[in-house]
Amino acid sequence: MWNLALLLVVLALAVPAARAQQVVGDAIPTSLTGQPGDAGRGRAIVASRNLGLCLLCHSGPIAEERFQGNLAPSLAGAGSRWSEEQLRLRIVDGARLNPDTIMPPYYRTGGLQRVARNFQGKTILSAGQVEDVVAYLATLRD
Amino acid sequence: MMRLRIGLCLASVFVASLALAQGGIDKRRSGYQDMGPSLQKMQDDGTANPGMLFVQLGAQAWATPAGAANKACVDCHGASGATMKGVALRYPAIPEGADTPADLEARINLCRTANQKAAPLPPESRELLSLSAYVAHQSRGQPIAPPDDPRLAPFRERGAALWAARQGQLNLSCAACHDDNAGKKLAGVTIPEAHPTGYPVYRLEWQTLGSLKRRLRNCLVGIRAESYAYDSPEYVMLELFLMERARGMAFEAPAVRP
Ligand code: HEC
Ligand code: HEC
Repeated sequence: MWNLALLLVVLALAVPAARAQQVVGDAIPTSLTGQPGDAGRGRAIVASRNLGLCLLCHSGPIAEERFQGNLAPSLAGAGSRWSEEQLRLRIVDGARLNPDTIMPPYYRTGGLQRVARNFQGKTILSAGQVEDVVAYLATLRD
Repeated sequence: MMRLRIGLCLASVFVASLALAQGGIDKRRSGYQDMGPSLQKMQDDGTANPGMLFVQLGAQAWATPAGAANKACVDCHGASGATMKGVALRYPAIPEGADTPADLEARINLCRTANQKAAPLPPESRELLSLSAYVAHQSRGQPIAPPDDPRLAPFRERGAALWAARQGQLNLSCAACHDDNAGKKLAGVTIPEAHPTGYPVYRLEWQTLGSLKRRLRNCLVGIRAESYAYDSPEYVMLELFLMERARGMAFEAPAVRP
């Protein structure tokens, strides 16, 4: 019996591609990597069409990207509206705050249906990339 | 000059029927209405629409005997494609003797195997697209009219459920974009309402004609979902749902899309 419990714990530790994060209120207080992110790299991720995909839906103060979406609020001022801790949860899994959101869960692998084979078990962004995006968003102040 | 005037006349009849089918309180918009005037013109002008090339190829294939039966479509359906008028408007449908729905391409392949005794044409092959463009073109300008066959209902309902289900790594449903956010911009692209009015369609991005299935696969890939196999029933279910959703809208095949 204990062995089974132990096995389950070991599995739970080994399986998730996205490490469990501590959600407190509407935020994730600690960095997913234990390190602060890099705002410059974060900006490139947000601007990228196949990595961040953010500008498909959002607009933002990234002038060189001409085609920006209007399905979602502008990212301008996101760092004034939210703390880094709050931004982190919104990127990791916005559905924790709004179950109906269309914003993709960037750092979650569970509860997804029919994920294409080449993306199975993978998060949209890595932990380090999430931290970079959070660091960039925090610089967007009104 | 004469040809141009006939062309213009046909175009205005077509536009008028579009307006008729979509006028009044009907707020539905075909992807046609989301395109700029130059692409609309390309679609309307039979000499500029690259899809018409496939219609011509289809007319040839229609008259070419094939298979062990050495029969052509003309041998059963007549030399004029006019016998196919209205057919594309009511597919997918349940073929005689079958109990599951087939879309237009599958129906054409059924004639291939059962009547011509030939191998089915591969999905997205030039010949299959040409034949379906030729058949579909006979219904241009007419309102979409799914059959009132109660046996279709459960398949259509499953299509509606697929439409509403979130899927893929991006965790999006078809409805999230095409019902809830149609008309908005996804990056630079206006999200259409996803009406199947123009298929097979000449898509500039593909540089060729493609089926509705190919279009659905593009959206599945976009949300990083596993696409269904070309012969899987899921597409037919989605097509049934989409055709019912577009009931009464003017048929445009072969349409042009960006
Ligand atoms: C498919 C659409 C979509 C994509 C892609 C997307 N978002 Fe969002 N996002 C939304 C929507 C819609 C909201 C509004 C809040 C909600 O629905 O819960 C939102 C909310 C947010 C918020 C909170 C905004 C505020 O001021 O309240 C932030 C920050 C954010 N997104 C950042 C990002 C970043 C960074 C990326 C890319 C790494 C991204 N989003 C990708 C749709 C999207
Ligand atoms: C993230 C947004 C998004 C999602 C989710 C999505 N689509 Fe689309 N879809 C689009 C866009 C944008 C286009 C137009 C692309 C273009 O013209 O370049 C499109 C085009 C289409 C068209 C062609 C419409 C026409 O006028 O020819 C159909 C049909 C369609 N989608 C069906 C679906 C189905 C079925 C699903 C779900 C399996 C789906 N879409 C999911 C964004 C989406």
